[in-house]
Amino acid sequence: MAVCIAVIAKENYPLYIRSVPTENELKFHYTVHTSLDVVDEKISAMGKAMVDQRELYLGLLYPTEDYKVYLCNIAASPCSHTFLHRYGYVTNSKVKFVMVVDSSNTALRDNEIRSMFRKLHNSYTDIMCNPFYNPGDRIHSRAFDNMVNSMMMQVC
Amino acid sequence: MFLLLSGSSTSSDPIWSGHSPPPHQENWVSFADTPPTSALLAMHPASVQDQTTVRTVASATTTNEIRRQSSSYDDPWKITDEQRQYYVNQFKTIQPDLNGFIPGSAAKEFFTKSKLPILELSHIWELSDFDKDGALTLDEFCAAFHLVVARKNGYDLPEKLPESLMPKLIDLEDSTEVGEQTGEVGYSSSPAEAPPSKSPSMPSLNQTWPELNQSSEQWETFSERSSSSQTLTQFDSNIAPADPDTAIVHPVPIRMTPSKIHMQEMELKRTGSDHTNPTSPLLVKPPDLAEENKMSSSVKYTSGNTVTDGYSSSDSYTSDPEQIGSAVTRQRSHSGTSPDNTAPPPPPPRPHPSHSRSSSLDMNRSFSVTPGQQQAGVVAYPPAVPPRPQPSQGAGPHVHRPVDADGLISHTSTSPQQIPEQPNFADFSQFEAFAASGVNKEEGDEIETHSEALKVEKPSDSASSLRVAKGDGRVEEKVSANVPTSAGKGTTPLAPPPKPIRRRLKSEDELRPEAEEHTQKTGVIAAVLASQPSIPRSIGKDKKAIQASIRRNKETNTVLARLNSELQQQLKVMMFLKRESPWKFNWNNFDLSLTSKPTAVNCEFTNFERGIGFKAYLKIHASSSVHSILH
Repeated sequence: MAVCIAVIAKENYPLYIRSVPTENELKFHYTVHTSLDVVDEKISAMGKAMVDQRELYLGLLYPTEDYKVYLCNIAASPCSHTFLHRYGYVTNSKVKFVMVVDSSNTALRDNEIRSMFRKLHNSYTDIMCNPFYNPGDRIHSRAFDNMVNSMMMQVC
Repeated sequence: MFLLLSGSSTSSDPIWSGHSPPPHQENWVSFADTPPTSALLAMHPASVQDQTTVRTVASATTTNEIRRQSSSYDDPWKITDEQRQYYVNQFKTIQPDLNGFIPGSAAKEFFTKSKLPILELSHIWELSDFDKDGALTLDEFCAAFHLVVARKNGYDLPEKLPESLMPKLIDLEDSTEVGEQTGEVGYSSSPAEAPPSKSPSMPSLNQTWPELNQSSEQWETFSERSSSSQTLTQFDSNIAPADPDTAIVHPVPIRMTPSKIHMQEMELKRTGSDHTNPTSPLLVKPPDLAEENKMSSSVKYTSGNTVTDGYSSSDSYTSDPEQIGSAVTRQRSHSGTSPDNTAPPPPPPRPHPSHSRSSSLDMNRSFSVTPGQQQAGVVAYPPAVPPRPQPSQGAGPHVHRPVDADGLISHTSTSPQQIPEQPNFADFSQFEAFAASGVNKEEGDEIETHSEALKVEKPSDSASSLRVAKGDGRVEEKVSANVPTSAGKGTTPLAPPPKPIRRRLKSEDELRPEAEEHTQKTGVIAAVLASQPSIPRSIGKDKKAIQASIRRNKETNTVLARLNSELQQQLKVMMFLKRESPWKFNWNNFDLSLTSKPTAVNCEFTNFERGIGFKAYLKIHASSSVHSILH
């Protein structure tokens, strides 16, 4: 399933990054960051288009010896050629969700990715409803964490 | 306190009976019976001890003292009446209307005064804002306040909202809380009895939603359930036919008990050749199905609702197909148990005289049709075909079935070429196919046990519910056609398993258009319409049987004739070639593509193909080409 999930604020700083602990988190951060460029491209290209339920960047961002990054950045183990799919999702308020999935185990279907993003979005809105949450803060919600954990799971 | 408890219990009895199971009432009673000191509802055990560290808001010390007096009960999170009263009073200071909401900002200010860290307050909010609307109802406020107090007393915040703190029961009439609090089937029965959720006399609800979490998914399911509960009430009151709202949502032709199939058929018949509303039968189905879903089990309503609901919860999206599938499976099981399966459905009328097999017109047509005419044969033969319209047409090309999923025309076009295959079927595979094809069970069951066939069909076919319908239709066709002859069966079971699916899917489409020209459709419709293994047709069965057998014989005749002609052609070629060259041909090296003058191609020697493995296009009359080949 998902190897890394990140919530990026409008100003392109992370509100929440969670990755499978076994992996190198920094690499994840890098890949997420690079994918933001792609996301921005898409946003600008869309123009007035409304929020995509899911932005799926199909294709290789750049091949590396250890892993190929499709969309999301996931710190993949250097040994294996794991296909890492990164998926992006942008909300109306320009909050971005980036998800890196490891496709070596399962070929996640489009619908599943979409549903995962939908869940993320719902959880995010729930957080927004919390008056004690200031937009722009890091997200510390346990409910959100639980939801993200449920999506990450078995990667390791 | 004791009096309060008893009073509340009595006053709440009618309400309680509506919701929670009796044990809860008994709890109340038991509480009431306990001595006053211990009668206080559960308090924080620590509250007894820890008073010094309490730094509650303003006049909260009184509540602390009260708590001190109470004994601990099973549920440390229950709110005592005193606490409740205090909370309510505090609520009133912010929001005079007890049924109103406290906006998030006000609540934030209020709770910030407790000097808890923002993080914890945020978590408390997450727990207590049950409906995630950014505002607190009285219950939510009490829960939040209770959590704050607990936290200040040193209690760790729970991961999930304790049951006793959950907002009051479902208030179905309260539109604002429909989404949150509906849920169980049991609750649906007591919408009217749902107490005003804000009533202070019911502080802690024993009413529980143990399964309720605060996860967003739960919310989504709640929302689904709420509507489902409403639909359930509808349902309970009356097995309403297609609710237009629900019908519109998912025109998924989930299947389907035979009764429904026949209902559909009946509808088709009644509408005559009304294909203008092709979706109506389908529309009829889903609501029926949805209702069947609901009927079948109370638990299933969630899935049924997801099917019928327009709710666009994220879970419903992903789970819809599964649920539909599960609904389908459930439907199958349900239909399996339904009494309709045993009794053959009433025979639908035959609105399509042009298609119906039993009509004599068809017979005339079939007889008048020359064997060579495929088209007519197609039209004529379908009556003979029990389950499989294609074989009946004489164009039962197994090979082409996978290809022609779409049109009978294509079938007919290929039929001449495929005819050679048929004799094999007619001759041998009758029984082979019979035995081989598991799908043909239904067809093999010419017997009235179409229900059984359906049951067989159902497990075998997980795809479309129409299959069942078609299978049923086919079975009925068979029965109606009284396919006694094995020949007839032989032709019909020709279709490999995938074929029925295709045909069924096609028939789904065919049902809509006026598929006069499509034998399959006609076959289907005729089967559907004409076929009902019911009593009144017993008289006509013999006649039909004879007619069917006659048709079949004609088919086989045609097939054999064609095969004969082709073989003759092949023989000619062979003889010619033999004559021309003294040496033996190695057919394997025969490469006709080298001919200098490729003229006619004409025959596709399928036999060669199969036997040798390459296509040989021969021009029978071009000796030059043959010469070139030879030399």
